[in-house]
Amino acid sequence: MPETTAAPAGTERPPGAPGQAGAGSGRRSARLRLARLRDFALVPAIVVIAIVGQIVNPIFLQGDNVINILQTMSEISLLVLAQTLVLVAGRMDLSLESTFGLAPGVAAWVTVAAGTGHGLGLLSGAWAIPITLAVGVLAGSVNALFIVRFGLNGFIVTLGMLIVLRGLLTGISGGQTFFNLPPSMTYLGSTMWLGVPASIWICLLLFAAGVVLMGFTGFGRSLYAIGGNVDAAKAAGIRTDRVLWITLISASLLAALGGLLLAGRLASVAASQGSGAIFTVFAAAVIGGVSLNGGKGTVFGAFTGILLLYMIQNVLTLAGVPAQWIEALNGGIILTALALSRLTGGTTQE
Amino acid sequence: MGESASPPSAPADRPARTGRPVAEAERITKKYGETVALDRAHIAIEPGETHALVGRNGAGKSTLVAILTGLQAPDDGQVRFAGAPAPRLSDRDAWRRRVACVYQKSTIIPELTVAENLYLHRHDRNRLGLVSWKSVWRKAAELLEAWSVDVDVRLPAGELGVEQRQFVEIARALSFGARFIILDEPTAQLDGAAIARLFERMRAMREQGVTFLFISHHLQEIHEICDRVTVFRDARHILTAPVAELSQGDLVAAMTGEAAGLRERRVRTPVPADAPVVLDAGGLGDGDVYHDVDLRVRAGEIVGLAGLGGSGKTELAETLVGLRAPRAGTLEVAGRRPRTGSVPESLAAGVGFVPRDRHHQGLVPLMSIADNATMTVPERLGPAGFVSNRRRDGLARDMIANLAIKTPGPDLPVTGLSGGNQQKVVMARALANDPRLLVLITPTAGVDVRSKEFLLGKVEETAGNGTGVVIASDELDDLRLCDRVLVMFHGRVVAELAAGWHDHEMVAAMEGVDLDA
Repeated sequence: MPETTAAPAGTERPPGAPGQAGAGSGRRSARLRLARLRDFALVPAIVVIAIVGQIVNPIFLQGDNVINILQTMSEISLLVLAQTLVLVAGRMDLSLESTFGLAPGVAAWVTVAAGTGHGLGLLSGAWAIPITLAVGVLAGSVNALFIVRFGLNGFIVTLGMLIVLRGLLTGISGGQTFFNLPPSMTYLGSTMWLGVPASIWICLLLFAAGVVLMGFTGFGRSLYAIGGNVDAAKAAGIRTDRVLWITLISASLLAALGGLLLAGRLASVAASQGSGAIFTVFAAAVIGGVSLNGGKGTVFGAFTGILLLYMIQNVLTLAGVPAQWIEALNGGIILTALALSRLTGGTTQE
Repeated sequence: MGESASPPSAPADRPARTGRPVAEAERITKKYGETVALDRAHIAIEPGETHALVGRNGAGKSTLVAILTGLQAPDDGQVRFAGAPAPRLSDRDAWRRRVACVYQKSTIIPELTVAENLYLHRHDRNRLGLVSWKSVWRKAAELLEAWSVDVDVRLPAGELGVEQRQFVEIARALSFGARFIILDEPTAQLDGAAIARLFERMRAMREQGVTFLFISHHLQEIHEICDRVTVFRDARHILTAPVAELSQGDLVAAMTGEAAGLRERRVRTPVPADAPVVLDAGGLGDGDVYHDVDLRVRAGEIVGLAGLGGSGKTELAETLVGLRAPRAGTLEVAGRRPRTGSVPESLAAGVGFVPRDRHHQGLVPLMSIADNATMTVPERLGPAGFVSNRRRDGLARDMIANLAIKTPGPDLPVTGLSGGNQQKVVMARALANDPRLLVLITPTAGVDVRSKEFLLGKVEETAGNGTGVVIASDELDDLRLCDRVLVMFHGRVVAELAAGWHDHEMVAAMEGVDLDA
């Protein structure tokens, strides 16, 4: 990836820039405004879908349905948040979808009483959350070890990890679903705070934290620097390796937390939990303006990306599209959305 | 070989030099495996001077820069700043307070704003420990203003031109407290007017006490801006002397080790009026970029397209080879009309070309010389789309011999070659299909004196064999061998100069100045 990053900057530079850029402050501020608007590029689309949804079925904008949309997307949106951090730093992590399933899976395996399904019943239910998060940290550390320490390509490493972690979950669960989860595991996914599901609060809070982290902290800015030009980041004194370690581990930790929320909502951990989610995750980030080449994109943009995708899905369901067709339509819609965001964004996605 | 002049004789207009050199390297030896990059080389830069470092590609300049900026440790020898030994390599901040380098390759992050690039990793924080953008923007604006750089600090750095990016990098270097700045070929990608502005700024900074080490292939620039010059050749120090005491011929001799001097171009025999027309362009236009261009080139003729950045010469040349499509006009190559904007059709019609930036469009870095050089002629590599390695390497060997490319063999990745030799590979690719029309865009950018002469000689030879040549460049040496030069200004052809023009005529025409007025 690094060798392609320089190319777009070179081609986009308007011819004769040196001469003209010194003049015309009016044009400059116009460009500035445009640059900031890119963050909100999906807002019009979201409004349009809201209107369409309302026409298709008047319950679309009712409180219950909005909460329903937000809750269904809350778990996977944590993967989008995680992926955004990693993508901005110029890497990618495919294994997030497997961590999403394995982390709560291991917790269930260890804490669910023996005799019911594949549970071992080794530890009390209180350990479930620490174990979930620990598995996330461990998966992230292995990724970081291969990618940062050994300098392997992130795509192939995390693709390998995707398969290994999924295989581990299948192994410990015997391909079946864990039920009878301890109450500590189901709490976050099922409880309500102030009349709204806790998972929505957690999701919104973490995204808000992500916006602050990426926009207003030295750590967040160093992610942009590393993704934009790793040599320049090093020259500026950023400990690029350490930042990448932290980023990869945090990403897996977020994935584990997302998996925990879903396990809580469904009161179970299926062996296939999170399987196939990574395409939606990447698509949401890219539609939201995050560059696969690193250095570009915002957390807010990624949030609008995943929101848009889930709103469309909800509209399809409300419109009574048969469940068997939803997947094909969904994929087609994502591809269309990508093409549209390319056309409106004006620049090539790489 | 040894030192011919080292004690600095201070020019009268400069403050008397007191104390120790700002930076000094002594008996530096650096080896990369078998290759000796520096062999007991030395250099001393006095406070307040602008010191030139010249040498052909591979003379050891880049290695010296890496050692002087603390990116690499010398195997042997010592670096001192103002008399004190250099800090440890890991202490980046200490290095940054002493020396800064504006590299050829930009260390600006294009996606981030100018302000953030200036204060990367040292943002101002507010009480909550969060980045205070207001304060970052204000400080950045103040910094740029202090060094009179007129750039909006909130613009993404990727939108800056090369020139402004350099100024931003210089300002960033100064903001660390360094007053010794290394400029590594800063003029390579600038046009004439921008170079003049750079020099103006350098002079102003010199008045403010900034010392420069200036690296360039352009000897007239060194005469214009530098006080003293150091020449490296084959990893060794050759001489250090005040610029005023050396003629350009002496400099070239020191760089090449032979008394050559820039060779006088012999007068070219005029192209017969009945020679076939190989390029006939009529009424070409592309919006504001260029308009109403008529251009006819006969076989054997060399036509220059001169103009500054933004004059449209590059875009016009790219249109001729199919890299861009014009919005108006017709284009005929050797009697055929390739679909405009199609490189394959242009190649088929008999166009060969050297694109403007070898790193960007010219070469595929990880592929071998043979692959790169034969990229335009797949049909000659084997039957039915198959590639015969033997045939490919054979072709490549001919090219390597023809263009005197210095390489152990055709299998070497092009990244292993020096700049001049890389450019020769690009030229080989352009010549591979025996073009009827050869279009060259800044063909000698960033190559050393020898390779430049060689490349231009090759162009003349090609023209002599009946190929029409178009050279788009603002490099006077490139344009000098043209039979005639069309000068473009703001997208329009404003003048046509026949061979034998004077430098000031050409420069005036490119700047849009009418000397007679």
